[in-house]
Parts: sequence; structure tokens; C-alpha cells
Amino acid sequence: MKTGARILIEGLQREGVETIFGYPGGVVLPIYDELYDSSLQHILVRHEQAAAHAADGYARASGRVGVCLATSGPGACNLVTGIATAYMDSVPIIALTGQVPTNLLGNDAFQEADITGITLPITKHNYLVKQTKDLTRIIHEAFYIARTGRPGPVLVDLPKDVSTTQLEEETETIPAIVLPGYKPTFKGHVKQIERAVELIERAERPVIYAGGGVIAANASAELVELAMREFIPVTTTLMGLGAIPCDHPMNLGMLGMHGTEYANYAVTESDLLIAIGARFDDRVTGRIQTFAPHATIIHIDVDPAEIGKNKPVDVPIVGDAKAILQGMLGRLKKRAEREPWLSKVRYWKEKHPLRYRQDGKLRPQYIIRKLSELLDGRGVIVSEVGQNQMWTAQHFCFRRPRSWLTSGGLGTMGYGFPAAMGAHFAQPNEPVFDIAGDGSFQMNIQELGTVAAYNIPVKVAILNNMYLGMVRQWQELFYDRRYSYTELPAVDFVKIANAYGIDGMQVEDIGDVEEALKTALATDGPFIMDFRIEREENVFPMVPAGAAINEMIGGHES
Amino acid sequence: MKPHTLSVLVENKAGVLSRVTGLFSRRGFNIESLAVGTCEEPDMSRITIVVIGDDRQLEQVDKQLNKLIDVIKVSDITDTETVERELALIKVNAEPGTSRAEVMQIASIFRAQIIDVGSRTVVLEVTGDSDKINALEKLLRQYGIKELVRTGKIAILRGAKVVKASK
Ligand SMILES: Cc1ncc(C[n+]2csc(CCOP(=O)(O)OP(=O)(O)O)c2C)c(N)n1
Repeated sequence: MKTGARILIEGLQREGVETIFGYPGGVVLPIYDELYDSSLQHILVRHEQAAAHAADGYARASGRVGVCLATSGPGACNLVTGIATAYMDSVPIIALTGQVPTNLLGNDAFQEADITGITLPITKHNYLVKQTKDLTRIIHEAFYIARTGRPGPVLVDLPKDVSTTQLEEETETIPAIVLPGYKPTFKGHVKQIERAVELIERAERPVIYAGGGVIAANASAELVELAMREFIPVTTTLMGLGAIPCDHPMNLGMLGMHGTEYANYAVTESDLLIAIGARFDDRVTGRIQTFAPHATIIHIDVDPAEIGKNKPVDVPIVGDAKAILQGMLGRLKKRAEREPWLSKVRYWKEKHPLRYRQDGKLRPQYIIRKLSELLDGRGVIVSEVGQNQMWTAQHFCFRRPRSWLTSGGLGTMGYGFPAAMGAHFAQPNEPVFDIAGDGSFQMNIQELGTVAAYNIPVKVAILNNMYLGMVRQWQELFYDRRYSYTELPAVDFVKIANAYGIDGMQVEDIGDVEEALKTALATDGPFIMDFRIEREENVFPMVPAGAAINEMIGGHES
Repeated sequence: MKPHTLSVLVENKAGVLSRVTGLFSRRGFNIESLAVGTCEEPDMSRITIVVIGDDRQLEQVDKQLNKLIDVIKVSDITDTETVERELALIKVNAEPGTSRAEVMQIASIFRAQIIDVGSRTVVLEVTGDSDKINALEKLLRQYGIKELVRTGKIAILRGAKVVKASK
């Protein structure tokens, strides 16, 4: 005989799960009892939100499915922000939640929350398991749905009696997946691929606009090959950073609200825009009517619902980015050159580089560039949300996919630190840094307890401006410097870290940055850096809300 | 912006209706009418939805519905030859001796059945397309409609064609 809890754990193991992030409670006691002597590694977080973000960080950094576990009611509700974060960025995670026993469902029982109802709009799919005999199938389906097609979170709600009910030993056959309503398209339509190839061959001013979908599809190599062979400049979204090495001659960096001027100019003047795994988000397009106004648009995406959602496109290609790019590469003839377009792009790059003030003061851009230099392509960089995120996106040189994790779609403060914990388990040999703001870090600061307990070597670089910096920036620029509730009192983060037994360093002087970063790198366990940066430093350039992306403010002429 | 009739085949599973309706409200699509019931396939249900929107919105409705794992097939049958029916039950004032005869006469013109007779009211059952039911309702207004219950529209393709799951 086997309990549902046992069947669950075996199901997870069959899917290749090694590490899960969770927090116990009443209705998941049977599951925790199984975990007690299971070979699955369970990381006890300090808040369920962190479990969801850690599973997400693990998934993004590994390309595999991340798993988190929480009890019913409050535990499940605490996962919600993490699930929504994963949903918006198409990250495959499985959220396992306990639920009150089936005979109490719908009774407002103690710690009952309708978590399948609550997460309906923020999961790719969810299940309320009513019978233990369905468990093997549901676990298998959940993983399949989470990782295929457009990846996303799947929640499985497990009433207590489903975990405790015993079933006869079944024969170890995994049921075949039967989902008549779920058939993700993999191969792109050949006619469309041919049309795209023709357009690329004819184009004079093409630009590739690559999003997180390129990374999700493991299509970076194909992207770079396309760019190189056809001489097509590539701009990436926030989620796409790392898909092409930052120092690749065809790379334009990020586009959009805090993108580079040259990326935004190139898109605006392009005659062919090749969108790959990107979704024309408003932070990218600015005023949508003036986005790539002269371009014919090719849109490659695994999700047909993204095609034409925000902007009409000329050549839609639905399917896996890697397979489609391979199809295109197989048909494209190698090009000799693409002048004068490339020289125009080079001119913009030289004339409007990303810059910052170098006046000996402690500025965040310097810290990020220094870290980038020290790591030299190694490491996984995770950010929080706000200025810290945009400075990192602009100034860190990402060289490989899955080395940059950030909450793009939902913009969740507090994502970074727990996601960094998850990233460590995905890439245990890489240094992992969370670049944080003092506001964001305090949203999941309790995870200092987790990294201390397991000696998870996450390094936190707090760009401490004692403000909710990004909001303050908007107040400065658009609300007449009325800093309404955006100032944060000073916190001695090193002391807090010390209380958890974690080392740290406070840095006020630009001359001490390198030493702090090197100390962090040389430390075996976690390490906290509290950088007291120029308080009113801003993120520039910037496209004001509702403007066209080539109407940037705060740009630089070299 | 015109009404579109969608025939949606779904898996017969708990929660599927709330997934479908939740999607409509969340994405700001307006449901004009909705009817759901079992169908020829034992494990499936068919939902007939009338939704108002422009072509772009309808394309999104279609794609977003298709993204739901439990939705098997979505067909916009607006511009196809279909037979459409709605059912309405109407409780209308019909005083014996005064209006009752007229109400019964109207009912017979509309091929509506009298399915209940009270001392001062009658209940009519009428099926037909929306226009017919609207017309009857309008005529009965003058006598005083006490209560009106209407199903959503259901529709089926004419001839041999069917809306079914592609296997
Ligand atoms: C959970 C959450 N609440 C509120 C916001 C709105 N918000 C966006 S950026 C920001 C300020 C972030 O401040 P901090 O973490 O100190 O970073 P900084 O911008 O100073 O680098 C806020 C409040 C958010 N993105 N997430």
C-alpha cells in the first residue's frame, strides 16, 4: 500500500526533481512526513513567497521546472505573488499546495482558501486533486504543461485526505498524456518561414528584437548565428538580456523605456523588425503607434495569442523559436555585408553611448560595471525591481543566457533575493549576486535566515539610496519633486546580516567597492554589501510614459 | 462591433465554466449570452457564447480560449449557415375575461405553449431566435410581464457539417 503523499514524492522524483522549496503546515504534514526520509532535498524558506521565487529562480537559471510547496490557506496565499511573477515571465514552476480534506471543501474550514480559484488567472493551468488515484496522472500532466509550449506555472492543490489515502501498489506505468485541448505548436509554418527569409534577404535596415522567449527556447546560438551571418543588429528586451553577448558587434543592448538610445533609434528607423519570443510590452514599445513605424514585422512566438495582440504583424510564425530559427538559417544565403545600415548603427552607438557621471562619488553604475569586470562572464546576476534593476540591465555585461534573472512582467520587489537562492541550486558552481535596492531587499529580507541555515552563497549588493528610488525618480521628474512616502530611513544591513551570522560590509567610498566585491567573491557562504550610493542618482536615458521610444530624455552625446 | 456566436467544445471537468467566464471578464470581453450543456461526446460539454467585439477582439477571444487547457475547440460560427434557438419562459398578466384571450391569441401566433395557468397569470414557453423572442416580449409588455426567464442562445450548423474536436 502507498499513501498519496508517497505517490506525490515518487511522481516528483520521476520528473527529475532534486530540490524543492517549501514551508510546512497542518494539511501538508503527511507530505512532510514523506520528505523526512526522502532523497529529495527540501529547502525550508522563511516565507512562502520566497519558496515560489526560489522555484522560479531555479527554473530560469536551469531551464528545468522549479517546485515549491506550501500549506493550505495562508501558506497557499503567500505563494500568489510568486506564482503571478512566474506567470508574467513564462517560467515553468509547479506550486504544490495543501488543502483541507475533501469532506470539508467549501465549508470555510480552518485554513481553507480557494487557491485554484485565486490562481485561475495567474497559472497556465491548475488542479484540485479530488482522488488519490488521479495523483500520478496529474503530477505528470502538471510538469508536461508547465514546461512545454509557452512555459508557465501550474498549481496542484492537494487535500489532506488525498495525501493520506492509501492505494494498492500500482504497476509503475506512467499514464500517457491525454490532453485533447493542449497541443502546442512546435514547428513553424514552412510558407511563413520562407516569407520571412525573403524579407530578410530584401531588407535594407533590419533589426532583431529578441525577448525572453529566445532564452526559454534555448535559441541563443541560433539568434547569434542569424545576426552574424546576415549582419542584423540585435536589441533585446529586459528578459532577453544574455541571449546575445553584450560585447557582440551586432548587439544593441536593451530597447524601450530605459533602453539604449541606439537600440531605440535603430528600431524606429528599421525597415524590417524581427521579433523573436517578445510580446510588444508597453515598457518596450512606448507609444505603440510610433513603434517601428517604417518596419515590416515578422513575429516569431510559441504563443499564438501574442501575435497581433498589441501590434499588427505582417508575418506571424507560431512555434518554437529554436526550430524556426534553424529553419530560417537553413534557407538563408550568407550575406556579404549590410551597409550603409550598419555604419549608421555604429554611428549612433558611438555618438550616444550609455554613460554615467564619473566624479569620484559612489554611483551605482560604477559598482555594477566593476562587478561585471570582476566576474568577466561568470556568475548569475539577479536583480530586485526599480532603479537597481535598470542600472544592472544597462551596465552589466551579460555574456550567456540564463545568467540574468529579473522580474520583468510583474516587476515584483522582493523577487531577487529568494530567486538568487534558487539560482544557486541550478548553477551551484557559479557565483550568484542579487543586485538590490534597500526597499526591495526589505521585502524578503527574512530569507537571510534561509541562506544562513543552508550556507547558500548568495551575495547581496544593496544599492542603498534610502529611497524607493525608482518611484522617487518619477516624483522628481513628473511630480515636482514632491517625495511623497518614498524616503526610507537608514538601516544597518550589515548588522542585520551579522545577527543571522552572515558577514557583510558597508561601503561609502568608491575606493572600497572593489575590495568589497572581491571579499564577497572570496567568501564561501552568503555575504551582504551595503553600498551607500548617491541618493538621487537617476536611471537615464528614459522614455517618458506615452512618448515614442526615440523621444528619450536624459540621453548623452559623447 | 457585432455579435459573434462561438461554439466552444470543452472537457467536462470541474471548474471549466469559471475558467471560460473568468477569461472573458478578465480580458474585458463582453458576454452577451451563454449556454452550456452536455453534448454528443461523453466527456465533453459544448458552450455557446455570444460575444460582442471587433475583429481584433474576437481574434484575441479565440486565441485566449484556445490557451485554456480544458478548451478543445473554438469555432466562430457567426458567418456560417446555422440554426439558432433560445428558449424563454414568460409569466404575463392575463385576467380572465379581459386580456387572457388576447394573450392566448398572441401565444398561438408565436407558436408559444401555455405551460401554466394561474388565476390572474399564464406562463408561456417560446423557442426561436432572439428576434422572435424579443418581438413576443415586446407585444406582451402591454399586459404586464411579471417574470421573464431566458436561456442563452444555442446554435448548430446546417447540413452535414459539424463543429467537433479535430482528432
Ligand atoms: C511589491 C511591489 N510593490 C511596489 C512596487 C512599486 N515600485 C516599483 S520600483 C519601487 C521602488 C523600489 O525601491 P528600491 O527597492 O529601494 O530600489 P531602487 O529603485 O531604489 O533601486 C517601487 C515601490 C513594486 N514594483 N513591487
